[in-house]
Amino acid sequence: MDGSSWFSLRLSLQVAAVATLMIVVAGVAIAYLLAMKRFRGREALDMLFTLPLVLPPTVTGYYLIVLFGRNGLIGRPLHEATGWTVMFTWHAAVLASFVVALPLMIKTARAAIESVDRNLINASYTLGHSKCETALRVILPLAKKGIIAGAVLSFARAMGEFGATLMLAGNIPGRTDTMPIAIYSMAGSGDWSRSGVMVAFFTAVSGVFLYVANLYSRRTT
Amino acid sequence: MGISFSARKVFSGFTLDASWDIGNELAVIFGYSGAGKSMTLQMIAGLLTPDEGNIVLGETVLFDSGRNVNTRPQKRSIGYVFQDLALFPHMTVAENIRYGGRGIEKNEQEERCRELLRMFRITGLEDRLPSQISGGQKQRVALARALIRRPGALLLDEPFSALDMPIRFEMRTMLKEIQQSYHMPVVLITHDVDEALAVADRMIVYSDGRVMQAGSPEEIFLSPACEEVSSLSRFAGELRRSVPFPGSELCGSTT
Repeated sequence: MDGSSWFSLRLSLQVAAVATLMIVVAGVAIAYLLAMKRFRGREALDMLFTLPLVLPPTVTGYYLIVLFGRNGLIGRPLHEATGWTVMFTWHAAVLASFVVALPLMIKTARAAIESVDRNLINASYTLGHSKCETALRVILPLAKKGIIAGAVLSFARAMGEFGATLMLAGNIPGRTDTMPIAIYSMAGSGDWSRSGVMVAFFTAVSGVFLYVANLYSRRTT
Repeated sequence: MGISFSARKVFSGFTLDASWDIGNELAVIFGYSGAGKSMTLQMIAGLLTPDEGNIVLGETVLFDSGRNVNTRPQKRSIGYVFQDLALFPHMTVAENIRYGGRGIEKNEQEERCRELLRMFRITGLEDRLPSQISGGQKQRVALARALIRRPGALLLDEPFSALDMPIRFEMRTMLKEIQQSYHMPVVLITHDVDEALAVADRMIVYSDGRVMQAGSPEEIFLSPACEEVSSLSRFAGELRRSVPFPGSELCGSTT
């Protein structure tokens, strides 16, 4: 692999790591809310967060441009206030990966939290512990394996994110060309040998991640 | 000290409508499965909210629908031993017990934990996980965890049902000792007549969400208020057979 390939690999890892960190924090909080709280619109909220899992990534990318583009609902006031736009930066790749991979964490973590025995939660309450303490000391430790499996799956998905990333971050060599985008460019320009190496590398890495995720999923059940 | 319970709750097509009072004694709620026994304990502990009624522990009103009082379970000072014991599987025996000591200063917590380990004869098991100890030992850990805060009352939801007979006998004796040394009301759920007779100072017989009769075990078994109570206590052997069934009284009045 040459210098540009290594850059793409490093960028992909960087994007996936930052996105996964954000996914763990937001995903666990949303999963906890969906699993433990009864409120109107709960399933509608679940559907909203799950949509990127079934939508074509380009559709998700379109929505993200509508929201975060320079003239977007959030992007315009942000640009007016700071002069900064997320579009065509590596942050855009993080945003795209975050939105596309978040449902994997929510689904896995919600199932893990819902599987925690209700009596253990009630026991914690009768022993004087608040809902927050119970979440931190009983529910999340017992749902830990499901959360780790969700994080691993999310990382793998974030590494492989292409469609929404291309629409938001573009394909700027040396700036926003993550590994999947670089493979697309190389294959498009007929550079099969370099793209082949990256494809093989990517396949191996994804295989390892799936193996680890399966390992944790099995231990959860 | 004592518990005054009066509550009505309609839940998944089942209606619980029960009232009873107990003093500083060991009371047994006795009845078939599905009679509303566990619901009653959950309401006392604050895990289930009655539609209406009032629940008082000593001088403290825990729930009063009329005055809109509903104390959170965390604030009720009630020890609760669940049917499946609900020991935290990721915590060691000592961690499980200390987890019940929230709000107690750390050194005091350690001291009480050691004292309970000694009292329940489980010293040496501190670092084991619940999966690494026997059923009888788990019972003791669950009791120790419920008692470390020195609660105002102890509720037990059929905790001995899965134990072998010799260990059950031992746990019954231990329960009587706990009630006497902690001087608090203890409510035990069971559908085992022998168990009820062995430990109860007072019995409350439930059927279909209502209190059929409440009184001392002798009153329940020698003078059942109605056929339903009589049939529930049928297995009391010689004690029951020696007394003819009065037969004429109506059931369902609460005490």
